[in-house]
Amino acid sequence: MDLIWLIPLLPGLGAAVNGIFGIRYFSKRTAGVLACTTMAIALGVSLTAFVQLLGLSPEARVHDVVLFDWFPRTALEMAGGRIGSLHIPWAFRLDPLSSMMILIVTGIGFLIHVYSIGYMHDEPRGGVARYFAYLNLFCFFMLTLVLGANYLVMFVGWEGVGLCSYLLIGYWYEKKSAADAGKKAFIANRVGDWGFLLGVFLIYFTFGSFDFREVANAAATLPVETAQFGTLSLITLLLFVGATGKSAQIPLYVWLPDAMEGPTPVSALIHAATMVTAGVYMVGRNAVLFTHAPMTMEIVAIVGVLTAVMAASIGLVQTDIKRVLAYSTVSQLGYMFVAMGVGAFAAGAFHLMTHAFFKALLFLCSGAVIHGMAGEQNILKMGGLKKYMPVTYATMMIGTLAIAGIPPFSGFFSKDEILLQAFLKNKFVYGMAAFAALMTAFYMFRLMSLTFFGSYRGAAWETAGHHGADAGHGGHGAWHGPHEAPKSMMFALVVLAVGAVLAGLVGIPTAIGGGNAIEHFLAPSFEPGGAVARADGLAPGVGASHAGAVATGTDAAQGTHAAPAAAPGEAQARLGVAAAAPAHEGAPAGHEGGLSKAFELGLMAFSVLIGIIGIAVAYRFYVRRPEIAARLEQRLAGPHRVLTNKYYVDELYDATVIKGTMASANGLWAFDRRVVDGTVNGSGWMTIFSSWFSGIIDKYVVDGLVNLVGSVLQESSFVFRRLQTGLIQNYALLMLFGVFAFVSIYLLVVRSL
Amino acid sequence: MVLSAALFIIGVIGVMTRRNIIVILMSIELMLNAVNINLVAFSNLWQNAAGQVFVIFVICVAAAEAAVGLGIILAFYRNKETVNIDEMSLMRW
Repeated sequence: MDLIWLIPLLPGLGAAVNGIFGIRYFSKRTAGVLACTTMAIALGVSLTAFVQLLGLSPEARVHDVVLFDWFPRTALEMAGGRIGSLHIPWAFRLDPLSSMMILIVTGIGFLIHVYSIGYMHDEPRGGVARYFAYLNLFCFFMLTLVLGANYLVMFVGWEGVGLCSYLLIGYWYEKKSAADAGKKAFIANRVGDWGFLLGVFLIYFTFGSFDFREVANAAATLPVETAQFGTLSLITLLLFVGATGKSAQIPLYVWLPDAMEGPTPVSALIHAATMVTAGVYMVGRNAVLFTHAPMTMEIVAIVGVLTAVMAASIGLVQTDIKRVLAYSTVSQLGYMFVAMGVGAFAAGAFHLMTHAFFKALLFLCSGAVIHGMAGEQNILKMGGLKKYMPVTYATMMIGTLAIAGIPPFSGFFSKDEILLQAFLKNKFVYGMAAFAALMTAFYMFRLMSLTFFGSYRGAAWETAGHHGADAGHGGHGAWHGPHEAPKSMMFALVVLAVGAVLAGLVGIPTAIGGGNAIEHFLAPSFEPGGAVARADGLAPGVGASHAGAVATGTDAAQGTHAAPAAAPGEAQARLGVAAAAPAHEGAPAGHEGGLSKAFELGLMAFSVLIGIIGIAVAYRFYVRRPEIAARLEQRLAGPHRVLTNKYYVDELYDATVIKGTMASANGLWAFDRRVVDGTVNGSGWMTIFSSWFSGIIDKYVVDGLVNLVGSVLQESSFVFRRLQTGLIQNYALLMLFGVFAFVSIYLLVVRSL
Repeated sequence: MVLSAALFIIGVIGVMTRRNIIVILMSIELMLNAVNINLVAFSNLWQNAAGQVFVIFVICVAAAEAAVGLGIILAFYRNKETVNIDEMSLMRW
């Protein structure tokens, strides 16, 4: 377990090697095998760590591994003169929630890496290495995100997965739509990151620490903010803004459908199983903060359910196989946030896990379909593929049944748990969620019907023997009709299908006799005070505020807990609680917030019924009597157009935000051009002018003076020249006058003195 | 003294107004003689023999100078064929 730092590091190294050497030197096979090997080893380490974690008692299931001091301890003067200190270690924490996440990321990641070897086979060699480098890099960042022990390590991963999402969506960067989609994803993510970062700053400002455990412990001592919108509500709201960006909720979901421009395995990994769940994970990590801010929780639940309904409604009419799945992802993420919003953090995480399985499965199956159809993605041009791709059909059907919530597949258990918790807390949210479930079942089965059932509506193909120039089937020559995917791809499909079936078994609710193992397993992660004795781990609405009055940073081994007015019998002394734990669940299990077991079963049956109704209606519309669908489309042409155009949200954003930003950018550019450059040009002009002016002065004034002297002399010489008459008598006269003058002067002036 | 002054003035007028160069020469002689008379008069007045000695010198110089002057005039006359002083100016202006 001390080696958990290997888990992110190995894919990171794989990315570095593939990126630096692979693009030039490795063959496609080498790059792929290298990437898969790193993921396999990381998976092995994760499994080992998980098993070791299980070996600990439930209270002690926290293990920190500090690698180095990222920000060494520095003293800080904080507001109000309080001397704090800033110390941020690069630390990983293994606890139930993060162990579940690393298993998901490494497990599904490994399968997707294997699948990618087959899927990306037709790409150029350097491109394959680049792809695997990005994919490994993504896993590195995602694992850093989920293993981080404090907000800043998590943020490194948070930003990094956004970056890798951009790189991978825009993998075919020469295609403009792909490059634009990459940009859109990154920018929408960034807007969310802004909110997230503000939240983190506020957390530090309020609590003085970045560490998850310390913050949770400190927050647990604060009162629950039911009446007013206090600091914790603001913090959690800002964190949720980050989650809307990363996990594609309203209003920042617009990047996810466009992200389907990337290769299908990318969609499977990033936009189904891992990156988009980072927001859900983050909310789960901050469970203590959220439970103390009921107003934000309500916002989370409402936004989640609105997103679920809205995305499902758009998915009803989409014709691109991947778009349907994209909107389905947005919708299911909405479900997870509903769970988080009503306080059922474990249920949300459970749905995260099952969703990862069946959504990745669905995406990979769609990738197999696309591969078999030589690049065709429009389901209207498919049909009747059941007989060409039986294995793909079977696995995709499993995924569809899982997402529709049909028992005993995994989706049923997780979705039902969420619906139950929603029913307990907020009937409106429950109603909308149930409606979304109906739509989910409908559109998924619509997808299945249009793709696999009915008669084939696609392009014609050449039978074997002709090798004409056909719409490219990679380097394999002409397309010979729809066919199954190669073995490397099928392997992943089958494994995921098994997972989709079995994953639900860890969360069988108590009402039908299971132990709801996953909820108990995950519960300590949502409590304050890491290794403190557990309080009531079930729906927090049932228990009171937790017995988490542990001082900041105190280790669990010491410290007493000032148990507030929690229900007696819940505040427990210390360790040795394991025995009490099962008995603990035994009591409230049959009494989920006051519901009887029969009612619970009734709700369960209702959710199954919703699923079956959705499937049946879709079957009727698209398999039995397709003309109903066409007629409905005509009758409801207006709403149909609105849905097909995704409620015109993208156009709205374009007209307001984008245009506004561009306008202000243009304005600033004009300012720079005119004012700033004008000043610079003006000063240059001033220099020119002053130099011209001094030139004028030099030419006329200075030279003029010089010339004046010359001309004065010349003129005077004209005058004096006349003296030289040449007449001797004139000279004699002048001599006489001179003598006369001298004698006079002598007589008058000198003699008289 | 009055006599010498009068003679001197006549000499000056003659130098300035007469055009004939020989007449100018004669006027110069006249001025010199006027000065001689003045000197003798003062020598008598102050019973100083220096005056008379000086007169002897002046007469000597006057004679030499008249000789030279005539020589120049002769040379000039051979060139210009005239004794008009106005035409003896080489300066064209």
